[in-house]
Amino acid sequence: MIQVKDLHKGFNEQEVLKGINYTFEKGKTNLIIGQSGSGKSVFLKCMLGLFKADKGTIEYDGKPYSTFSDEEQRELRTEMGMLFQGGALFDSMTVEENVMFPLTMFTRQRKGEMLKRVHEVLERVNLEGTGNKMPSEISGGMQKRVAIARAIVNKPKYLFCDEPNSGLDPQTATVIDNLIMELTHENDITTVLITHDMNSVLEIGERIAFLKEGVLAWKGTKDEIFNTEDEAVTDFVYSSNLFQKVRKAQQQGM
Amino acid sequence: MTYLHSIGEYFLMLKGVFGRMTKGSVLKNLIFKEINELIMGSLGIVSFLSFFIGAVIAIQTALNLNNPLIPKSLVAFAARQSIILEFAPTFISIIMAGKVGSFITSSIGSMRVTEQIDALEVMGINSKNYLIFPKIIAMLTYPCVIAISMFLGIAGAYCAAVFGGFVTSDQFLTGLQDDFDGFHLTYAFIKTFLFSFILATVPSYHGYYMKGGALEVGEASTTSFVWTSVVLIVTNYLVTQLLLS
Repeated sequence: MIQVKDLHKGFNEQEVLKGINYTFEKGKTNLIIGQSGSGKSVFLKCMLGLFKADKGTIEYDGKPYSTFSDEEQRELRTEMGMLFQGGALFDSMTVEENVMFPLTMFTRQRKGEMLKRVHEVLERVNLEGTGNKMPSEISGGMQKRVAIARAIVNKPKYLFCDEPNSGLDPQTATVIDNLIMELTHENDITTVLITHDMNSVLEIGERIAFLKEGVLAWKGTKDEIFNTEDEAVTDFVYSSNLFQKVRKAQQQGM
Repeated sequence: MTYLHSIGEYFLMLKGVFGRMTKGSVLKNLIFKEINELIMGSLGIVSFLSFFIGAVIAIQTALNLNNPLIPKSLVAFAARQSIILEFAPTFISIIMAGKVGSFITSSIGSMRVTEQIDALEVMGINSKNYLIFPKIIAMLTYPCVIAISMFLGIAGAYCAAVFGGFVTSDQFLTGLQDDFDGFHLTYAFIKTFLFSFILATVPSYHGYYMKGGALEVGEASTTSFVWTSVVLIVTNYLVTQLLLS
């Protein structure tokens, strides 16, 4: 569980996050949605420790990040998995080496043990037999799945995803969404996912936080988002044709 | 102010490079990889340039020695001095700023653009140490490249001077040994060690702190080459002033 309390962050006198309070629940897919420039990525980077908050606290399983010693911070980072928008695979390494990377860096396992775990994880993301390929030799969807495999190989407690579906076709995007949700439930991970994709909201939005101009404007579930009267949320959500159709179908009782 | 900020940022980067170290076994592999890419990959072009520039130096000197009172052996003396003192350490380093420096900037810059550096940081890895430290260590073998350059430069000068009919082999060898000061080699290698550090760190700085996309990676490589050359030339002047004057 990640608890955010009164989080503020700004750049050059411009306040991007204006006092966010929110709890990301364990074993659930927690989505952050909002328009471009609403502060989603800054919020995520604060949770990842890439940006230092100006004010407020972020607690990991009840312990504030600011009270972590350097060693504890490093340990916490080994418990985090991150799926970047573009995958961020190391392009000088093969798929297998990419997935093995966190194990090589943080464990004292023998190569055989590491390879066994790598193959297990690659199999879990349906990428058996691609271990020797370079990232440039596989498709965008496969790259995302390799990135997921790398993020979960070290059995993280927290999984962060920054727009995992960007640049993917709808079918592959659904595969990625479902994979993230299954892994979250299987391993009881606290998953935080930023998305613009309304299809993802419908598919895996177990908990949704809506950011508007650096403020948490609304929170709820995928079922609640259809019934909310909050104008900011409806303006954003119903700009999507998919949502309009789903709501219309609901209203017609289909 | 921008320059001061960049200089401060460069030294903070260096502090980070020598901060928390990457796992030894991983580092060892990275260092060998960097030696292969930065040093071994440059041997061909350095050898080619050194041989032919050495040859040109000998021909130019020989063609300008019209006075019969000046011994022909001066061709070898002039070639030796210019190759050991300046051509091999400085000229080759500027070429390396273009070849190795651009490679370092663009490879680190591409990693920045594609969030690979963020990925390292999120994993709790000191990305500065992981990316830049192996390059600094690999570049410690750079003096070997300069030694090869010196040897081939003089070999080129010998071939051009002797086979071109400007001097005899004996005259060349006499000139090569004439008034030799061993400290000139020490000076050249002190310079080379400093240059190797500059060649590894200044391009790394430009790659590590670059912002933007693919176009900016190209711009960063060009800026990196310009600044690495400037720093090399200024360092060359300072070291020469300190050690030879």
